[in-house]
Amino acid sequence: MTPATPAVAAPPGVSFAEWRDYLALLKPRVMSLVVFWAACALWTAPGHIHPFTAFVAILCVAVGAGAAGALNQWYEADIDGLMKRTANRPLPAGRIAPQEAFAFGAALAVGSVVIMGLGVNVLAAAILAGSIFFYAVIYTVWLKRATPQNIVIGGAAGAFPPLIGWAAVTGDVSTLPWLMFGIIFLWTPPHFWSLALFMEADYAKAGVPMLPVVAGEAATRRQILLYTLVLVPVSLLPWALALTGWVYGAVAIVTGTIFVIRALAVARNTATLTSAMGPEKALFKYSLLYLFLIFAALVVDHVVLA
Amino acid sequence: MNVDWTPEQTAEFNRRRRSRNIALGVFLVCLAVLFFGISIVKMIK
Repeated sequence: MTPATPAVAAPPGVSFAEWRDYLALLKPRVMSLVVFWAACALWTAPGHIHPFTAFVAILCVAVGAGAAGALNQWYEADIDGLMKRTANRPLPAGRIAPQEAFAFGAALAVGSVVIMGLGVNVLAAAILAGSIFFYAVIYTVWLKRATPQNIVIGGAAGAFPPLIGWAAVTGDVSTLPWLMFGIIFLWTPPHFWSLALFMEADYAKAGVPMLPVVAGEAATRRQILLYTLVLVPVSLLPWALALTGWVYGAVAIVTGTIFVIRALAVARNTATLTSAMGPEKALFKYSLLYLFLIFAALVVDHVVLA
Repeated sequence: MNVDWTPEQTAEFNRRRRSRNIALGVFLVCLAVLFFGISIVKMIK
């Protein structure tokens, strides 16, 4: 745990930050998910890539995602300070100055794209640049405070990593990585809206127009179910189109069925108190496991069984 | 540094600055290794 800032204000240009604070700016948990998705696509893509080049590609994806996270925290410091979940982040807690966070995020963003372009290929670098821009500008600056559809459209930002991993190996992007993109894109709303349901008070306090705040809990639960019912068939397409083998097909069917069952439990729940939102909390946790399992199955199918 | 801190606050500040400097040093060494590796791979190709 980061120690409290000393009770005396730092003079301009003097930082109280620790290295852990800079790491926290990079949103390491989100970064680990993004790295996993990109790595799965990289392993699944046909062709050969030098192991060091693969390492550079994954590193650039991680740093690029971290840079987008830092720029996001720089822009959202005001609302982060209002929400219990985010109030102890380095910026709202005053351990890092806003201009320092912006410079850190911008430098890492530029650095990761340049190194990806020099060390891997231009297409992977271009998609990485696009994903950073999408998350830091389209989602953070434009969508998040403007519309309850923020995480639907913004979900595309998190869906880019498979395209980057694939492009790093092949130099282009074909059907399977686009389907991986689609799966993450459609997975994002049920994942985040289940979180938003039991964190609704926090979002309302910060004035963020998340769907439960704007449209209510019942509408959000319906939307979660609808997106899940679209997600599961799309997740079966890689297998239906013979782009993967039976391992992926079996895993997608089983995990998708469980996803639908859990989304149905959410849709049936009428609780308004956070303490009674067990199905929502269960769906949020399960959605992480779901995506991990189907992406792992893709790798098993393409790497191990091949 | 001309700041009105207690000895404990000064010690805490120094500890945090040291941790940042070590992290920066590690980062720079890693960057050098990264560029070296990229160059070697490009030459092999």
